[in-house]
Amino acid sequence: MIDKPKKYWKLFTSTFFLSSFTFGGGYVIIPLMKRKFVDDLKWLEEEDMLNMAAIAQSSPGAVAVNASILLGYRVAGVVGAGISILGTVLPPLLLLSVLSLFYTAFRSNPIVSAVLGGMQAGVAAVIADVVISMGGNIIKEKKLLYLLIMAGAFLATYLFHINVMYIILVCGALGAIQTLIAHRQNKKKESVRP
Amino acid sequence: MIYLQLFWSFFQIGLFSIGGGYAAMPLIQNQVVDLHHWLTMTEFTDLITISQMTPGPIAVNSATFVGIQIAGFGGAVISTLGCILPSCIIVSLLAFLYFKYQQLTVIQGVLNALRPAVVALIASAGLTMIILAFWGEGGFVPQLSALHISSVVLFFAALFILRKWKLSPIMVMAGCGVIGGLLYFIP
Repeated sequence: MIDKPKKYWKLFTSTFFLSSFTFGGGYVIIPLMKRKFVDDLKWLEEEDMLNMAAIAQSSPGAVAVNASILLGYRVAGVVGAGISILGTVLPPLLLLSVLSLFYTAFRSNPIVSAVLGGMQAGVAAVIADVVISMGGNIIKEKKLLYLLIMAGAFLATYLFHINVMYIILVCGALGAIQTLIAHRQNKKKESVRP
Repeated sequence: MIYLQLFWSFFQIGLFSIGGGYAAMPLIQNQVVDLHHWLTMTEFTDLITISQMTPGPIAVNSATFVGIQIAGFGGAVISTLGCILPSCIIVSLLAFLYFKYQQLTVIQGVLNALRPAVVALIASAGLTMIILAFWGEGGFVPQLSALHISSVVLFFAALFILRKWKLSPIMVMAGCGVIGGLLYFIP
């Protein structure tokens, strides 16, 4: 067993390094974490990592932050969680602070403005691509409730400007009700059987 | 006071962005552009572009960017804290439940139903961005002269490349930026 300060430092540098190279955020960090903490450092079993990924993705907030909380806690308790959050949050915090200063100084420059104008079209295309892929998967499931939720949520936010928070709450509640009803029907079926 | 507002706004963003990746985007737009007017739609789209090109989750990037613009570096730290605090609480809680019950069918059901909602919310934010790219801050006008033809062409070319060849979004956006910059020199 390596001594504590060394472990903390290793945890910090590892999460800092991982966070510095996770572009676009999201699920990319899970396989990177697995390689580092399961394969390289052998601090965790593969199954731990899978459980962590499931929890990180089911919890609200950024997946990378969620995963690093679980990882830090697992490896070195509450202090570990604090350290790995710090390691994960510092790179974007520092980088975006610097970029933010540049942004204010350069946004009015006509060439920068032209470049960002082109990028606006690009980022709109990236979002459209994501929506087509994710929306397509949901349509393929052919579940009426999901299609209604998708259409309803779109109208609620785009046309009626309803606070996104309420839309999430209502749709989540619908999902819970649906699961409970399905659960009850399954039980009935089982009790009918001789 | 502004610190408190920033903290509360990003706390809500952290609390209600479920599903990772782009899920936070519509919430950030809702809080930062629609409710508090901290950023214009152009600045917000720039922010999403920057977030895509830099490491780190969109929510943390946005917290830093908005925080620093509104209240300096202290604002950036406060917003970031607000955005990760819900994660700290809920992740611990869920981890506890998860290891106790292993299979949480109700939570799974909630997440399944949230997926289509999240797609719809992202679609709505995306549509606002498309309109911004095509017509500028003024929004949709049914006139051909108001349309930025170059942006329309770039958008469809980029979408085609993304769908057909699955090129990395960073490359596509960088390419669009380079073309946008070059077009500036062509009268």
